[in-house]
Amino acid sequence: MNKTENNKAWFLVLPVFVIVAFSAIIPLMTIVNYSVQDIFGPNQRVFVGTEWFVDVLGDPRLRDALWRQFLFSGLVLLIEIPLGVLIALAMPKQGWLVSVVLVVLALPLLIPWNVIGTIWIIFTRPDIGLLGVAINGLGVQFDHTASPLDAWVTVILMEVWHWTPLVALLAYAGLRAIPDAYFQAARIDGASAWATFRYIQLPKMRGVLTIAVLLRFMDSFLIYAEPFVLTGGGPGNSTTFLSIYLVKVAVGQFDLGPAAAFSIIYFLIILLFSWLFYQALLNVGTGEKR
Amino acid sequence: MARIELNGIEHSYAAKPRTEADWALKRLDLVWRDGGAYALLGPSGCGKTTLLNVISGLVYPTKGSVMFGDRDVTNLPTQQRNIAQVFQFPVIYDTMTVFDNLAFPLRNRAVDGATIRERVEEVAAMLELTPELDRRAHGLTADAKQKISLGRGLVRNDVAAVLFDEPLTVIDPQLKFQLRRKLKEVHERFNLTFIYVTHDQNEALTIADQVVLMNEGAVVQVGTPQELFENPRHTFVGYFIGSPGMNLVPCAVDGAAAVVDGQRIPLAAAIAEKAQAAAGTLELGIRPEFLRLVPAGTEGAVPVTVIAVEELGSFKMVEARLGEHAIKVKLSEDKHLPGESACLVFPPERTKIYENGQLIE
Repeated sequence: MNKTENNKAWFLVLPVFVIVAFSAIIPLMTIVNYSVQDIFGPNQRVFVGTEWFVDVLGDPRLRDALWRQFLFSGLVLLIEIPLGVLIALAMPKQGWLVSVVLVVLALPLLIPWNVIGTIWIIFTRPDIGLLGVAINGLGVQFDHTASPLDAWVTVILMEVWHWTPLVALLAYAGLRAIPDAYFQAARIDGASAWATFRYIQLPKMRGVLTIAVLLRFMDSFLIYAEPFVLTGGGPGNSTTFLSIYLVKVAVGQFDLGPAAAFSIIYFLIILLFSWLFYQALLNVGTGEKR
Repeated sequence: MARIELNGIEHSYAAKPRTEADWALKRLDLVWRDGGAYALLGPSGCGKTTLLNVISGLVYPTKGSVMFGDRDVTNLPTQQRNIAQVFQFPVIYDTMTVFDNLAFPLRNRAVDGATIRERVEEVAAMLELTPELDRRAHGLTADAKQKISLGRGLVRNDVAAVLFDEPLTVIDPQLKFQLRRKLKEVHERFNLTFIYVTHDQNEALTIADQVVLMNEGAVVQVGTPQELFENPRHTFVGYFIGSPGMNLVPCAVDGAAAVVDGQRIPLAAAIAEKAQAAAGTLELGIRPEFLRLVPAGTEGAVPVTVIAVEELGSFKMVEARLGEHAIKVKLSEDKHLPGESACLVFPPERTKIYENGQLIE
């Protein structure tokens, strides 16, 4: 059979190239551009190679922010994933209550992020906030503007309140997709509630939980608006996460070179960890025994 | 091990059933012999799955009682009924090995390790799963997964009955045959009561000793495959069983013969006598396999017109016209066709008369 050489088909994928170029590649290249040059103004630039990267990696404040970020994302995943699954397991399976629960759960997801921060500022104020007054009323000193621990507790609480519903909704969708026959078989096999969860529900939720872990990791690792509004990164630097620090460097100090180098490292970390989580969750429990 | 008795079972999914159509099951009395192989056969929506669920305890009947031996289990949950079930789609525990899958029901019942190993290995050998024991159940073929489902029932020694809900639906035709034979073998070896739901009559007729034919929530006939084929008690059995089903034509009875469009078809004396006394609508039924096609003008035979002949490999399907009515005749491949005009012989012992759908006998 004769093949006709015709490369015109490439024009069909051109729109995709253009969109991806403008939405991802060109902005990213701008960052790369900044990260390897020292720019003083229009037409005043010096190529500096890896200097900014070396600078940034040696910055102890950045390293602190990085560890803080890992601790934060780790805690968020450890709390939100099991909690979301528990909520999904406890949710009603039929009747009018389902819609009510779904709407109530989705509410925090609909609130703008900076508003979330404001809500929690007021909610936790020791003088007028419901939570703040209640906790202080119990005799526990609680003030997130003064104590780093209280600030952390508040930020984590806020994050859990804001995003656990997403995990719960995903897990619920995963649970509802399990055919009834599995539960009938488990009853016939005499499986306990725990065994049913461990061997049916959990494995069947693998897909949605993978998505939940990835989304929650990426989002919590990038968190900015809520803690910025709530604590402004303080007290001291105790809740200065990576993106808050990045904005301080880029906008506050106008150090675009180090900020760009920092952004690229940031991006690579997220990419690396997302890939690791994805691989781990895809393969857990599917390997051959021998 | 016990016989299963259903006494006056009625079930409705509606909270307050009003019309006849609200009842998924209408007044069932059935006894399942210990160790019997039963097929529950019927068209979609006839209530066979509901009946299965009543036995397994997934559905509690609105009325009536379910007895396992001397034990009334009507309101007992599935766990306490000593049944095993194989579902339409394979249900296996994905993350476990085949061994762990088979051991699961025993481990849940706190059986000791040595006994578990012994039982699992015995069942695995029977089901030809021994080479797969250490593999993850996840990647196995559909037929192996169905065998695991069955195996989880067989490892237990307290199982009174194994229920099958159309278990071969997702199996390749080639493997279906093997698995059917395997089921038969398992039944003979373990001597368990098998209750097998299917809408495929071939499956029902090969697996079961007794076929329970259902229609619209009621049992129409219970019998051996042969009884259902040769002696349908109801016109529904006649046309549902067999391929094609029974020929059914409206008729009148005059003396010792049935009259169809002016043609006299001789009947067995006893049946003709009862049919004459019957007041309802009469139908004559005969299976295509029992009709004989003979040359036109043959004495005592009914003249028909041959309309079409289909060659179907090992047999011929002849469509003929008797007066107003179409009649199908199944002939063996080597039979010669007498031509367009022919005569049909209705053997009297095979010719049935139905009054309002019920067999006169």
